Amino acid sequence: MTRYFIRRLLYAVPILIGVNLITFTLFFVVNTPDDMARMHLGQKYLTEEAIADWKKAHGYHLPLLYAPTEKGSARFSQTIFAQHSLQLFRLDFGRADDGRDISQDIRQRMGPSLAIALPSLLVGLLTNITIALMVAFFRGTYIDYWSVFAAVVLMSISGLFYIIGGQWLFSKLLHLTPISGFDGGLNAFKFLLVPVLVGVISGLGSGVRWYRTLFLEEIGRDYVRTARAKGISEARVMFRHVLRNAMIPILTGVVVVIPVLFMGSLLTESFFAIPGLGSYTIDAINSQDFAIVRAMVFLGSLLYILGLILTDLSYTLVDPRVRLR
Amino acid sequence: MPRNQHTTTTRPGTGKFLLLALLLIGALWGCETPNNPYPAKLDDRNIRFTSFSERPKHLDPASAYVANEMDIIAQIYEPPLQYHYLKRPYQLTTLTAEAVPQPVALDQNLNPLPASTPVENIAYSRYRITIKPGIRFQPHPAFARDETGAYRYHQLTAQTLEEIRNLDDFGASDSRELTAADYVHQIKRLAHPGIHSPLYGFMREFIVGLGDLGDTLRASPETPTLGELPGMTLSGVKIIDRYTYEITIHGSYPQFVYWLAMPFFAPVPVEADMFYSQPGLKEKNITLDWHPIGTGPYLLAVNDPNRRMLLKRNPEFRSEPYPDQGEPGDRASGLLEDAGKPMPFVDEVLFTLEKESIPIWNKFLQGYYDISGISSDSFDQVIDFGPAGDITLSQEIRDKGIRLQSTIAPSTVYIGFNMLDPVVGGDNQRARLLRHAIGIVIDQEESIAIFRNGRGIVMQGPLPPGLFGYRDGEAGLNPYLYDWVDGKPRRKSVEEAGHLMSEAGYPEGIDPATGEPLLLYFDTSASGPQAKAYLDWLRKQLRKIGVQLVIRSTDFNRFQDKVRKGKAQMFQWGWNADYPDPENFLFLFYGPNSRALHGGENTNNYQNPEFDALFEQMRNMPNGLQRQALIDQMVGYLQRDLPWASGFHPKDLVLYHGWNYNTKTHSMANNTVKYQRIDPELRLTQRRAWNQPKWWPVVLILGALLASIIPAFLAYRRRQSSPAL
Repeated sequence: MTRYFIRRLLYAVPILIGVNLITFTLFFVVNTPDDMARMHLGQKYLTEEAIADWKKAHGYHLPLLYAPTEKGSARFSQTIFAQHSLQLFRLDFGRADDGRDISQDIRQRMGPSLAIALPSLLVGLLTNITIALMVAFFRGTYIDYWSVFAAVVLMSISGLFYIIGGQWLFSKLLHLTPISGFDGGLNAFKFLLVPVLVGVISGLGSGVRWYRTLFLEEIGRDYVRTARAKGISEARVMFRHVLRNAMIPILTGVVVVIPVLFMGSLLTESFFAIPGLGSYTIDAINSQDFAIVRAMVFLGSLLYILGLILTDLSYTLVDPRVRLR
Repeated sequence: MPRNQHTTTTRPGTGKFLLLALLLIGALWGCETPNNPYPAKLDDRNIRFTSFSERPKHLDPASAYVANEMDIIAQIYEPPLQYHYLKRPYQLTTLTAEAVPQPVALDQNLNPLPASTPVENIAYSRYRITIKPGIRFQPHPAFARDETGAYRYHQLTAQTLEEIRNLDDFGASDSRELTAADYVHQIKRLAHPGIHSPLYGFMREFIVGLGDLGDTLRASPETPTLGELPGMTLSGVKIIDRYTYEITIHGSYPQFVYWLAMPFFAPVPVEADMFYSQPGLKEKNITLDWHPIGTGPYLLAVNDPNRRMLLKRNPEFRSEPYPDQGEPGDRASGLLEDAGKPMPFVDEVLFTLEKESIPIWNKFLQGYYDISGISSDSFDQVIDFGPAGDITLSQEIRDKGIRLQSTIAPSTVYIGFNMLDPVVGGDNQRARLLRHAIGIVIDQEESIAIFRNGRGIVMQGPLPPGLFGYRDGEAGLNPYLYDWVDGKPRRKSVEEAGHLMSEAGYPEGIDPATGEPLLLYFDTSASGPQAKAYLDWLRKQLRKIGVQLVIRSTDFNRFQDKVRKGKAQMFQWGWNADYPDPENFLFLFYGPNSRALHGGENTNNYQNPEFDALFEQMRNMPNGLQRQALIDQMVGYLQRDLPWASGFHPKDLVLYHGWNYNTKTHSMANNTVKYQRIDPELRLTQRRAWNQPKWWPVVLILGALLASIIPAFLAYRRRQSSPAL
């Protein structure tokens, strides 16, 4: 298994270089260093000298990928790509264009992002599986039909509706929770209640339908029939046999997203004014802050690769037949 | 172990879990208003609650220029001058200066000239500024000294740095008196290449020696640090004595005095640069850009741009009295009740990060923000239009004691022509007639009504109301686009526009060169549903005269690039006044400021030698009849040549809760928090009345959920107990 992990980690290196290169290319196709300087310095009274100063101070006066006037390896090292992007492999995210330390911002914003994403995932998972098991239990009955109908309705509604609806109901109408904001410690609870609830409900439709399908597939298998024939109660069949055997596809979907939870949710964070990483990335794109964009894309890719490796690992835990070599 | 016994056994962690749950519930619903986003301890404090939507990039007064940055630093830094809070039209008054400086005209040898000297004979102008003694900087570690009198934190060791996480970790702080040297140091900072001051490029043309200093700094193999600036020469700025300094500028530029009311000219102590430039502090985000050192009424106590910013009363702030004069009506509206009382009135200002307008609006209605604008989403809920089109607050809003203030912003938003374009531009009658026809058919009144909920007034010339030179009524009418009928302007008819098109050689809008409808291009970076609706509307306007408008949507950078290179044909642009002088609008048409030809602010690339000559005269004149006459002529040229097809001056609507006092919208000043007073007790009472929690719907929802589970549970039991076959 160790060899497997080392191999997967080594595979990650070219993937990350590729992602870095693509991000770099896409960003600079749309934004030239001059554009970045203009965005940062504003439009009024701007001079070419000010633009040149800004580029020099931020290292954007260098060629993008290749410096023909340099000699030897400096042709590659004295470029924006080498100076700005390769440091990411040391997990040195550098400084944003406004001078703030990106690593510090990420550390600060990771907590609020996780504070929403983790409970939303866990409560959502628990709720979806419970309801899906119930619906699968009552398969072919009106409960099943109406549940599927309700799930489709829930799926058809925009996530924004749940957010605005949740704010309207709990804060504006009932005055039970703040409409937006964030605080640390126990005070965070009242700010997170509605965002988590919205996260759970907005994922309920698709989650229940997906898990119901998985459970129904398992219910039709021989081992379930055998279990029933042995006189095991239906609840025990569902929870001990069906659920356990449906775990591989469930894990595939869940474990892979766990690391990415750090990256936050744009819409939820924006509307609930949660200072997480989702809004951080979008703000950086809007302000053409390449330093933050490349750091967040790199971090996202890294976490995604980590998620995939964790998924593989989880297979061995739920299915003893799986071996990683 | 029997099964049922297992299920009823209390696990060791259950107690803790229950306790945690109770704590959480207590934290949420233990207070009287559970939807309160602030800690309960802030409820009755004398705090102003407001929001910010974008984290400020700079808090260094040499770099900050955008509104969200100004909102904060204007309360901290004090330039020598400020705008009078109550008087209108806007006028300058002193802040730290003893008097508003008057320029002294000088000849080539820096000898004074008589006041009557013609502008063209003035080689330099000198401003002497004397500041009030006894003004002190806020407490800061940069000023702290040890027993020997040396600065305690100017030689930080690696060991000390390890223990430092933020500015509060420096144990000691001190203050010192403000001197003229602090103002001079800041002016030198504008030229430093590490500061990236947006004003440097502009000011180097005026302040004598600023460009030379900038060139010297840039030419040095190793750029001198900011702390080394006091040893460098800036020939046009001199310290006369402890409280007096002089600024010499090239030629005559009477508007220069307005810049002295902006944070660019606020004092920065050299100790700040010496302290912050030490290695290791920048890595901890401890920089002047994030931790200002000012003399103003407030200091930045918490700087967490990811969440909140907190201003607290500066303990070293001198006593500044509330103004005792205003404009007529101010006394009646209670704006002079605090005359002579020491400011600031509010102890703290809490800025909370909000990204969306809906939560801001709802929090305002709940009493959690003191002041709000009106977004398009909530406009209908707030505003009722009277029979004469006048704006009033809806009954629901009035019942809450909310007051409305509206002002015309010193701004202009316009659709411009590129005057270098061969079709719509140029100083020829054909293009001029085409521009007039287009100006007539773009129904700006309709646009304001549809897309801005009536919040704006149609532009007749470039100057917005409130600025010297603006003409109201018939005198200000653009006679090429409007007629004065029954005491009000009436847009000329589409038929007249059609005649102009025929005269221009485009009968029915047909371009004789192609035999097809004339194609014009409108460049924009706007996107989204509202922008699409507006662009469709704009196309429809030009279709009235048979012109086909092609929308060239592009991203912001490309759009800017096109305008910069003079490649856009028609486009929308805007301008906010830097200072309340007509020069700041009319310079947008000055030939040498052409964007495409000279990189200036004249984005239309309008060039008219007669206009330029008048502008050069006008900009150096004091306000008066003679200046008004010149402005009238200049506006006349612009109305005739029409480089701006159509536009409007936005109307700002601001809502204030009843517990706000001394609120008067000021479009030029940013340091207005110190004047404002709130009644925290009234706010708390209102908040409690408006935010009583309602529990019964929650009980109802839980009951409904339970009721829906019971049939399922019964069905499960029935199925379990039924025979297999």
